[in-house]
Amino acid sequence: MINLENLCRHFAVGNQVVRALDEVDLVINEKEYVSIMGVSGSGKSTLLNILGLLDTPTSGDYLLSGTNTSKMNDDEMAHIRSTKIGFIFQSFHLIPRLTAAENVEMPMVLSGLNPKERREKVENALARVSLTDRSDHRPEQLSGGQRQRVAIARSVVMEPDVLLADEPTGNLDSSSSKEIIKLIEELNQGGLTLVVVTHDKEMGRRSDRLIELLDGKIINDNQN
Amino acid sequence: MLLIATSIGVMAVILLTAVGEGARDYITGEFRDMGTNLLIVIPGKNETSGGGSPIDLAGVAPRDLTVEDAISLRQIEAIKNIAPIVIGETPAQFNGLERTVPIIGTTPSFLAVRKWEMATGNFLPGVTLDRSPPVCVIGKEVESELFGKNKAIGQWLRVGDRRCRVTGIIGTEGRAVGIDAQKVVVMPVSLATALFNRPSLFRIAIEARNTWEMEQIKKDIIKIIKKRHQGKEDITVIRQDSVMKSFDNIFNVLTMALGSIASISLFVAGILIMNVMLVAVSQRQAEIGLLKAIGAKNNQINHLFITEAIILSGSGALLGLVLGHTVTQILKVAFPTFNFLPPLWASFVSLLVALISGVVFGLLPARRAAKLDPVIALSGNK
Repeated sequence: MINLENLCRHFAVGNQVVRALDEVDLVINEKEYVSIMGVSGSGKSTLLNILGLLDTPTSGDYLLSGTNTSKMNDDEMAHIRSTKIGFIFQSFHLIPRLTAAENVEMPMVLSGLNPKERREKVENALARVSLTDRSDHRPEQLSGGQRQRVAIARSVVMEPDVLLADEPTGNLDSSSSKEIIKLIEELNQGGLTLVVVTHDKEMGRRSDRLIELLDGKIINDNQN
Repeated sequence: MLLIATSIGVMAVILLTAVGEGARDYITGEFRDMGTNLLIVIPGKNETSGGGSPIDLAGVAPRDLTVEDAISLRQIEAIKNIAPIVIGETPAQFNGLERTVPIIGTTPSFLAVRKWEMATGNFLPGVTLDRSPPVCVIGKEVESELFGKNKAIGQWLRVGDRRCRVTGIIGTEGRAVGIDAQKVVVMPVSLATALFNRPSLFRIAIEARNTWEMEQIKKDIIKIIKKRHQGKEDITVIRQDSVMKSFDNIFNVLTMALGSIASISLFVAGILIMNVMLVAVSQRQAEIGLLKAIGAKNNQINHLFITEAIILSGSGALLGLVLGHTVTQILKVAFPTFNFLPPLWASFVSLLVALISGVVFGLLPARRAAKLDPVIALSGNK
C-alpha cells in the first residue's frame, strides 16, 4: 500500500539544513493499523504530511498503491488526497460557519458529486460516527469529542484507502479520547489502512505496529 | 465598508449621468420648443482660409443686413415665415414712471417663428415688412411696473424718443434672442431701426415649411443675399436643427465623460476589495490548508476567492444601482422641470466596471491563496 524508499526531507533554516526525515525506508500494508511515536521534533508530523501528499520529499521515493508520487503535479496529488486519503487533525479543522453536515459534505463538493449523492453519503457518514441528530449543529454547538467525530466523518465520506490521523486525541479529555480511539479502530476493522501520529501510549499499545522516530530516523519498528 | 464604497461609486455614475442626461434633455427640449424648422440669418461670415494672415481668418466685413434683404427672401416658396429682428435697450415711460427695457423690433411673424403666446390683445396688428404703424406689445413685468393696476392695452407708451400704442401683453415666459419675454417691449422693426438709428438687422429668423427643405432654403438665402450684396457672401445661415444636434452631441460626450470620471471611484473600490481579500486570505489560512488537505485543487481555491470578490463587488453595485435610481426619482419630484434620467448604458456599464474591478482586484489575493503551502497554512504559521 505505502512504500517509502530512502526518503529524505530537509529544510533550510538560515545557513543550516534541518534533516526532518533522513533516509527513511518504510512499508505499510493494506489494512494495517500503525502508530508513529517520538519526541517533539523527531519528524512524525513531517512523515505524516508526506504520506498525505501535503508535503514533498527532498529526495527518495514515495509509492502509494504502486504509483510513484514524486512524478505527480499539484492537481494529481490533490485528486489523490480527495479520493484515496482521509485526514484527521488534532484541532479538528472544522469550518465554523458551516453545519456538521456541510463540513462533512465539503470533500464531495470539491469532487463535483451531485447533490443527491452527497446527501446520501453525508447521512451515512454521520450515522457511522453516531451524529445523525447533530447534523444541523455548528461546531461551536458541539463538544470536543463530537467535533472530532464530525472531522472523522468528513475524512471517510469519500471512502478513502488510507486514514491519516495527527494526534486525533490531543485536544480531548480522557473520556472523549476513548470514544475516538474506539471509533477509528472500528474504521480500521472495516478495512481502512490507519496511520496515527500520537503521544497517547494507550493508542500506541492498541495499534498493530508501533514505529518510533528520533531525529528523522526510524529507531524502532515493532509489531504489537 | 466595501459594499458602501462600491455602491457609492455606482451611485455616483448613475447620478452624474442622470444630471448630464437631464441637462441634454432640457437644452434640446428648449430647442424643440422653439421649433426645429428654424433658420437664423446672421450678418457677417465666419470662415477659415486654411493658412494665411489673421486678417483672412477674421469675419468678412459685412454689409448691412436690412429689412429689404428680409423682404427679398419672400420669393423662396419653401419659407413659411420671415421675422427680421433688431434688438436694443432704451428707457420706457408711462405716467411719470420709467424703466429701461430691452427692445425687440420685428414683425408679426416673430410670434409664430418663436412660438410665443399672447396673454391678452394682439401681437403688432397691422404691421408687415412694408408697414410699421406705431404699436407695441409688452411683457408682464413691464405691464406691472409701468401700468400697475391700470389697463395697459390701448395706452400710449413712450419708448426712447418714440411713442407706441400698447396692443397686447405677452403671455410666454422664458427667453428669446437672449431677452426675457416678461421684461421686453416688442415693436415694428422699422420703428426700432429708426429708434436706434441702426439700419442693420440683428438677425433674420426664418421658419421653413418642411424640415427636408431647410438645406435648399439655406442655399437659396445665401444666393439671394449674395446677389444683393455685390456678390459678397457676408452672412451666416444657421440651421436650428444642426445647432440642436451639435448640443446633443456635446452633451452626450459630457455625460459619458461624467460617467467615466465617476467610474474611477469604482477602481478605488476595487483596491479596497483587494485589501479586504488579502486580509481574508491571511485570516483564513487554516481553512485554505484544510481545503487543500481534503483535495481542493489550486484553481478551485483561485475560483473560490475570485467568486467571493465578484459577489462583494456585484452586491455593492446592485445596492448602488438601487440607491442611484432612488435618488434620481427623488430629485425628479423635487425638481420637476429637470428630467433626471440616467441613460440605460450607465447602469450596465457601472455594473460591468464594478464586476471587472472585483475580478481584477480579486486576482492577487486568489493567487496568493492558491499558492499557500498547506502544511504552513494548517499549522497556523504565517
